[in-house]
Amino acid sequence: MSDLPEEVRGWIGQKRYEEEGEFDVERGYVFNTCAATENGNPLFWDEKAARDLTDGWIAPPTMLSAWFRPHHWAPGRSEQAQPLQVHFDLKEKLGLPEAVMTDNEIVFGEPVRPGDRLRTWQVLRSVSEPKQTKLGTGRFWVIEVEYVNQRGDSVGRESYTGFGYRRDA
Amino acid sequence: MPEPVRLTASRVREGDALPPLAVDVTATTVVLGALAARDWRPMHHDKDFAVERNGVKDIFLNTPNQAAWFERYVTDWTGPTGRLGRMKFRMRDSVFPGDRMEFSGRVERVGADEAGCHWADLSLRLAVGDRTTTECTARVALPADEHDNPWKRRGAQWNP
Repeated sequence: MSDLPEEVRGWIGQKRYEEEGEFDVERGYVFNTCAATENGNPLFWDEKAARDLTDGWIAPPTMLSAWFRPHHWAPGRSEQAQPLQVHFDLKEKLGLPEAVMTDNEIVFGEPVRPGDRLRTWQVLRSVSEPKQTKLGTGRFWVIEVEYVNQRGDSVGRESYTGFGYRRDA
Repeated sequence: MPEPVRLTASRVREGDALPPLAVDVTATTVVLGALAARDWRPMHHDKDFAVERNGVKDIFLNTPNQAAWFERYVTDWTGPTGRLGRMKFRMRDSVFPGDRMEFSGRVERVGADEAGCHWADLSLRLAVGDRTTTECTARVALPADEHDNPWKRRGAQWNP
C-alpha cells in the first residue's frame, strides 16, 4: 500500500465519526421495513408475542444501519450528510467517483428497542492495491461499524467491503 | 392471524432445505425498501441516475433492504423464536424492477455452543432466473425445545 496517500493510511485502525443517532428508535420505521419486505413476524405486530418472547417491542435486527442514516435534508445543513462517511472520504481522497458495496457482514447483539438512542463509530480496516473489475479500475476497502445502546451494550457490529472505481473509458 | 411456527433445534437436520420464496419486484419494491432503510441515494429511486451514473439498466435493490429480505426469509422458516446471530452477504449482481427474485436456502450445520445456545448455520441464495444476485450465510439461534427462548440470552450467554 506504498502508493496510498499518507492521510488515508493514517485512518486505518482509527475510531472515526463517533455519533449518536438523530432520533430515538421508533416503530414507524419498523412498520416501513416490515411492509417493504412483507414481513409478518409477530414480534413486530403482536403486542402479546412481543411481551412474551422479547420483553416488549423490538426492531428487526437487520435495521441497525437505518437508525443512523442522516435524513435527506435538515435546516441549516449546507452539505448533504452522508452515511458511512469513511466510505465517501475514501472515494474523494482516492479520486474514485463511483462505488458499490460488495460484502456486508452483520453480527447482532442485544435487541434494539423503540425508545433506544444508539451510538455508532466507524473504523477503516484495510484498503487494497488497485484492481481492475468489470465495473472499472479502483480499490476495495473494509470498514467496520460498531453500534451500542444508551447503556453501552453492544447491539451489533457491521463490516462493509466497498469497491471505489472509475469507469474504464 | 394463524399461530406462527416455532421451529425448535431438535426438528432441524443438516441438509434440510428452507421453503423457497418468490417475489416479483417492481419499482415500488425497490423504492419502499430504500426509503424504509433511510437510503436516499438516487440509484435506488431515480432511473436516469442509475443508468447514467452507475451504468446499469434501472434502479436496484439496496444492500440494507436485501438484509431485511433475508431476515424475513429466515424468520418465515424459524418463526418468532428464531434469533439472528450473524449474517454475511455478497452482492454479485443487482435486482431490478421486473425481476422475479427467488430465495432458497439450506441448513449447513446444526449444533449447540458452550453456553447451551442452539444454532443453525444456513447458506442462502437470492437468484433471478439462473443468475445468482446475492449469496448469504446466516447463523440463527433456535430454541432447544418449546420451553427455551434464545431472545432471553444476554452477555456471556449470547455468542453469535
